[in-house]
Amino acid sequence: MVSFPLLSLMTFLPLVGVAFILTLRGDYEAVSKNAKFIALYTSLGVMLLGAFMIFKFNGASAEFQFVEKAAWFPTLGISYHMGVDGISVFFVLLSVLLTPMCILASWHSVEKRLPEFMIAFLVLETFMVGTFCALNTVLFYVFFEAVLIPMFIIIGIWGGSRRVYSAYKFFLYTLLGSVLMLLAILWLAMNVGTEIPDIIAKADIPMDIQKWLWVAFFVSFAVKMPMWPVHTWLPDAHVEAPTAGSVILAGVLLKMGGYGFLRFSLPMLPDASHYFAPLVFSLSIVAIIYTSLVALVQEDMKKLIAYSSVAHMGYVTLGIFTFNVHGINGAMFQMLSHGVVSGALFLCVGVVYDRLHTREIARYGGLVNNMPKYAVLFMIFMLASVGLPGTSGFVGEFLVLLGAFIANNIVGTLAASGLVLGATYMLLLYRRIIFGAQNNADAAALLDLDAREIVLLLPLAIMVLWLGVLPTSVTNRIAPSVDKLIADTKPPVVAVAEPEKEAKKKK
Amino acid sequence: MIDFYLTPILPELFLAMTAMGLLLVGAIRGNEATTIISWACVLGLVIAVGILTKLSWQDATILSGMFRFDYFAGFAKILIAVGIAFSIALSVNFLKQENIERFEYPILVLMAGIGMMLMVSANNMLSLYMALELQSLSLYVLAAFSRNSTRSAEAGVKYFALGAISSGMILFGISLIYGFTGAIDYGAISASMIGLGQAPLGVLFGLVFLLAGVAFKISAAPFHMWTPDVYQGAPTSVTALFAIVPKVAAMALLVRLLAAPFGPLYTEWMQIIWFLSAASMVLGAFAAIAQENIKRLMAYSSIGNMGYALIGVAAGTAAGVSSVLLYMLIYLVMTAGAFGVILSMRRKGVAVENISDLSGLSQTNPALAYAMAIIMFSMSGIPPMAGFFGKLFIFQAAIDKGLVVLAVLGVVSSVVAAYYYLRIIKVMFFDAAAGEGLDVGIPFARKAVMIISIFFVLAFIFKPSFIVAHTQIAAASLFTG
Repeated sequence: MVSFPLLSLMTFLPLVGVAFILTLRGDYEAVSKNAKFIALYTSLGVMLLGAFMIFKFNGASAEFQFVEKAAWFPTLGISYHMGVDGISVFFVLLSVLLTPMCILASWHSVEKRLPEFMIAFLVLETFMVGTFCALNTVLFYVFFEAVLIPMFIIIGIWGGSRRVYSAYKFFLYTLLGSVLMLLAILWLAMNVGTEIPDIIAKADIPMDIQKWLWVAFFVSFAVKMPMWPVHTWLPDAHVEAPTAGSVILAGVLLKMGGYGFLRFSLPMLPDASHYFAPLVFSLSIVAIIYTSLVALVQEDMKKLIAYSSVAHMGYVTLGIFTFNVHGINGAMFQMLSHGVVSGALFLCVGVVYDRLHTREIARYGGLVNNMPKYAVLFMIFMLASVGLPGTSGFVGEFLVLLGAFIANNIVGTLAASGLVLGATYMLLLYRRIIFGAQNNADAAALLDLDAREIVLLLPLAIMVLWLGVLPTSVTNRIAPSVDKLIADTKPPVVAVAEPEKEAKKKK
Repeated sequence: MIDFYLTPILPELFLAMTAMGLLLVGAIRGNEATTIISWACVLGLVIAVGILTKLSWQDATILSGMFRFDYFAGFAKILIAVGIAFSIALSVNFLKQENIERFEYPILVLMAGIGMMLMVSANNMLSLYMALELQSLSLYVLAAFSRNSTRSAEAGVKYFALGAISSGMILFGISLIYGFTGAIDYGAISASMIGLGQAPLGVLFGLVFLLAGVAFKISAAPFHMWTPDVYQGAPTSVTALFAIVPKVAAMALLVRLLAAPFGPLYTEWMQIIWFLSAASMVLGAFAAIAQENIKRLMAYSSIGNMGYALIGVAAGTAAGVSSVLLYMLIYLVMTAGAFGVILSMRRKGVAVENISDLSGLSQTNPALAYAMAIIMFSMSGIPPMAGFFGKLFIFQAAIDKGLVVLAVLGVVSSVVAAYYYLRIIKVMFFDAAAGEGLDVGIPFARKAVMIISIFFVLAFIFKPSFIVAHTQIAAASLFTG
């Protein structure tokens, strides 16, 4: 293993960039230019560290790796405890991958207060990476909630016309969810012992208490996810946020909910998770079908993709609560795939928004004539969102549906119907924007992608295809941790620690 | 035998002497000496803190049981001394700008500070009352310090009238307790109640009156009515003082009162504190939403904050007391920083007090806007700022004691409160500047207070044990004695 604190370095390196930006002095033009480059290089540096991390990561082990532990609140047993396993490592990777993309995407489109924008993004990166690396409940909570600060500022300052309303809604919704989680963490601490536990600590908690704790965690993660019916902040936040904000919101922030389920609810409260699974199934099905129908009638591109996110997240919660290998692997894969695909879709919207400054679908049409490269890339992401075989979207949805059919036939059938709806609204969107008559002169005159935009979108397209063709490159590394999770989640009597033993043998 | 061992009371004696000496200086040199006297007061407080740290922090009771010095008192006194020093430093240039520069000001603040330091050491109902009155009388005068302003005079009169009533209630409570237990010494009161099983009705009545009076001093709902008016009417530097220090002292007094003489009556007073806490949190959260004046907003914010601190009191455990001390420390530092910003709100030399006056501050004066934003995020309890950890420990103590409903009320009202703290951030960062920006140029003393405050709020996360260890020993000292 690596002896130097890789995860802490990844987490806090962006703050060094912030410090540099803060020291910049001079006229606005020069400062913004330097700030852009500092932010880009810092985030690229973090990305390289991320690549190093995945390279060094032992995919055959279910254990936490790169672990760092130090006393923090010794009297309460709260420690600074970082580490990644198969479940979190790809989320860390996703965060450090999307941040430089976002910075690049904002290169020209942010028109005011650019240094502050870059600072907000770097701070956001710190908190995102921290959330996925933290192994102590309180440390996790600190990062999880701190994410709200930069995101609130990003939506509020650089957002659209209703940005203030959306920023408030985003902040207060998520805050209300997470404060209940704080109480649950403290309650958990009291039931486990006198100390605040690490996330990985196991405990036998009586069923009636488990139920309450589960609900508290559920509220928090369901809002973050977001699940129907607490999803209403998402379309607002997405529509008003600047492009980069939407990308990071859809790409990473939504994953924190699913990650929370996998980290807290399932292993720590297994009995309650089984007890409440029907509830989660019902909400997921409603999310998949209802929000797909809502997406069908949207006139705003960003809103449509936002609703599609809610539907896709429905598959994730569905997969997680099937408690079988396919379902959970599928949910994991779906989250990663959605992170890349929805991020890319928002970037695609950003590309045309930068040119025409409208997100109304009807204002476009026939873009294939004047923007052929754009049409191709957009198609790849659109098809991935639909779940076409060969793209990353297919693997996730397929595995989730497989898991759902194993768990419950009716649930599986209903969830599968969402696929049809998903195909309908995405293809409709694509047809109305890319094909058809060029009714709008200004839309017909738009220029195709420039080099910067190709650099942004092409890697994402390659990733989408790679994940679609070679999903094992990810699933193999996830599998040991997922197996361990499933073993932990089973009722205590049946719990066999086989995957752990196997992992140890392989070492 | 006359007990003449005075070492533990040395800091107060020293400060009292300093105050008298400076009064003479002021009488000779007149109002021009205000700035010098202010700095001399700050220096005196620094020396007093120095003396405090040199004292033995073992339990010691002197002056025939009137005065008690222990770790808890020592910790609270350092908080008070720091808070008083902050408020004097904040006032230096403000008095000149407002044309109310008179040499009595820093001396009155110092006298109030001495009263507060005596309050936390009171070990007898009589010394409690005397210390409380020394503090209150100084504060009444300060509230009305801007003699030519009707607002300030009104605030002074209102504060005096209501404060006198609350003092009367405390006195009435004390006399009831004396009547039914035959004691005014904390230890004797506690001893008289052990083995009774059921507390005498008279003692309970006395306790209720006593608590009502103290609740007035910490402005816990439903005894909060004076707070917004006095905060708004008093000169802003006095408001800063009101918000920063007396709360800390009165909270420490309350904690000692409940732990020492009334420890055996936990189940009885817990219900009262529970209600005060819940009412303050909810009222502080909802009533602040509609405020336009930032001083009124801070008044409701302080009511809400007292509600949170009272959660820790209601827990009644050492962990609870420790969390209260930590919370009050964090509250003190945050409030000092917030008032540093509020005192700097001037446009063309005239003080402005509306939240809308802050609009676009992030453009016109980014440093000030960032300072305020950090403090507001901290006050709403968002990690990684210090305010979050204050709440974390409070809630932890509550949950450990099984006060889950109170904790849930607490977190829900903290979300409501987050709304109005965010509103300030929104006005500063999201709104465009309306009209001219605020005046630039912040005096050194105020800048220093703000820098210390921001540094503390941001750096607390790195070495929390530095402070938490002390609060825990302090809390333990209260329970062993």
